[in-house]
Amino acid sequence: MSNNKILEIQNVKREFTMGTEIVRALKGVSFDVNAGEFVTIMGSSGSGKTTLLNMLGCLDKPTDGIYMLDNVNVKELSRDELAKLRNTKIGFVFQAYNLLPRTSALENVELPLLYNPTIGSKERRERAIAALEAVKLGERLDHTPNQLSGGQQQRVAIARALVNEPVMILADEATGNLDTRTSYEIMSLMQELNGQGKTIVFVTHEPDIAAFSTRTVMLRDGKVQKDLINDSRKSAKEALASLPATDDY
Amino acid sequence: MKISNLIRLAMLALQRNKLRALLTMLGIIIGVASVITMMSIGEGSKQSINESLSSMGSNMITIMPYSNEPGGARMMGSNMKSLTILDVQELKKKAPNIAKISPLASSSGQAISGASNWPTSIQGVNPEYLEIRKLSVKEGIMFTEDNVKSSAKVCLLGQTVVDNLFPNGQDPIGKIIRFGKIPFQVIGVLTPKGQSNFGQDQDDIIIAPYTTVQKRVLSSIYFGSIYASAIREDASDAAVDEVTTVLRETHRLRTGEENDFQVRTQAELMTMLNSTSSMMTALLTAVASISLVIGGIGIMNIMYVSVTERTREIGLRMSIGARGIDVLLQFLIEAIMISITGGVIGVLLGISASIIIPSMLNWPTVISEFSIVISFLVCAVTGIFFGYYPALKASRLDPIEALRYE
Repeated sequence: MSNNKILEIQNVKREFTMGTEIVRALKGVSFDVNAGEFVTIMGSSGSGKTTLLNMLGCLDKPTDGIYMLDNVNVKELSRDELAKLRNTKIGFVFQAYNLLPRTSALENVELPLLYNPTIGSKERRERAIAALEAVKLGERLDHTPNQLSGGQQQRVAIARALVNEPVMILADEATGNLDTRTSYEIMSLMQELNGQGKTIVFVTHEPDIAAFSTRTVMLRDGKVQKDLINDSRKSAKEALASLPATDDY
Repeated sequence: MKISNLIRLAMLALQRNKLRALLTMLGIIIGVASVITMMSIGEGSKQSINESLSSMGSNMITIMPYSNEPGGARMMGSNMKSLTILDVQELKKKAPNIAKISPLASSSGQAISGASNWPTSIQGVNPEYLEIRKLSVKEGIMFTEDNVKSSAKVCLLGQTVVDNLFPNGQDPIGKIIRFGKIPFQVIGVLTPKGQSNFGQDQDDIIIAPYTTVQKRVLSSIYFGSIYASAIREDASDAAVDEVTTVLRETHRLRTGEENDFQVRTQAELMTMLNSTSSMMTALLTAVASISLVIGGIGIMNIMYVSVTERTREIGLRMSIGARGIDVLLQFLIEAIMISITGGVIGVLLGISASIIIPSMLNWPTVISEFSIVISFLVCAVTGIFFGYYPALKASRLDPIEALRYE
């Protein structure tokens, strides 16, 4: 069932030349991700996590090996074709949100669609509103990022990732800047989206975040150390409920 | 991304940094405004020269003595004694392209009437002079050919002379004035012509029959110059040839001998003066254009700052699907918007300056569409030229590094 596979990574290697030295960040990584999976990629710093993330996000190409995204071989694509692939197949969520300042939530969410010439302005608006409603920010369309809390900003970023209906949401330490409660809220949203059939690849170094996913890939020194199906998946909603009710003091 | 979206995006970006955008535009605004103003001043002075020359008579031909070298010493043309009444008579007979002809014997001196006196010049001419110089009589009458034959002591006054000799507003007609020691009866007043372009008061003259001036004032049989008019403006050149042939003949000049006179047409004078004013205009415009270039460099500078400042934004845009060309166009259009908005403001400012200057400094200005179109085009080109490199830099950023840029 290759059609079910969103990602196919076979023996992917990535080498950087730093002066005269060759740094081998990825030394042959292989794994597949099927549609509907919620995969966390974990690893300490220097494990090749970031390099793998750039590769998965089509921001970078492997030196060697095969990376198939939704049955497209990324290695053969030009810079512009990669941009198009990012636009239509991947939804990015960053640690620092990366929203455009002084721009309304609605316009931030519309942004990926602006780079898709097949979508008109009316459809663009409707889809952006729908995406913001999906992350429960339907009331805050006109708020600019500095009028929103960190969690809300990250939800806008998730809406932006959803709006182009990607095959995969790629999150890079998406909860890294948030407190525990808000991280759980975001994870609960992620689980909800996963429940609706979205494939999510979540890069993190926090084990408690990984516990909410269906599968964990552990990287170490540029290789896959462990690839585990998470049988005892935790519900972020329950974790949220179990937190002390308020932090008032 | 669609162009309409790109334009909207550029407008938003500029709105967010209004003051910065305005300061960047300032160079362009000043450049364009000064180019337009300079060109309109140049065009205005050119037109007013042309107007005043044609008000003197556009088909006018001037014949003056030309200094040759009697005994080795060059003499001033006006001191030369080569033009006589014989020349005038011969030209009248033998030059068919000449319509009117009048000699001119002039002298400066003090005009006196009662207790008033005024330094001016008297021009001895014949009745045809009025038509050649496009002069007219406001009050009284012009002297006649008979007055010329009889060397009558009659004269017509220019308005400036009237104002100075008759300060209390008396009617000058019929009064006797003296020019030096010679009494003249005033028989008319000339219609005022105002200042010429060269700052000369064209109304500060007395005209009288040339015979009277020659005999009584100058005691000479020679003329300082001869004025003639061609039958048509385009016959000027033919008339000049005729005048040259006829005068060489009457002056008995052998082949190879230098002319002892010179013939000038109004068209020549016009070309000469225009070339001077064109040169000045070109010079001023060149100086103004430099500020346009400096304005362009200002745009380039600010665009580089803007690209650096928005590196993360560029990284984000690339990561969600912006191609290099999308980023390039985004910044290029922003630069063009700055320069074109600056251009529009500059054009408006230049036009207002061109309208205000005549009333403030008394310089004539004519706004030419050409200067507006040119400076506007230069603006757009400046925007593209100076905006391109920063935009190219933006479009070539590596999205991975741009996203992590601090």
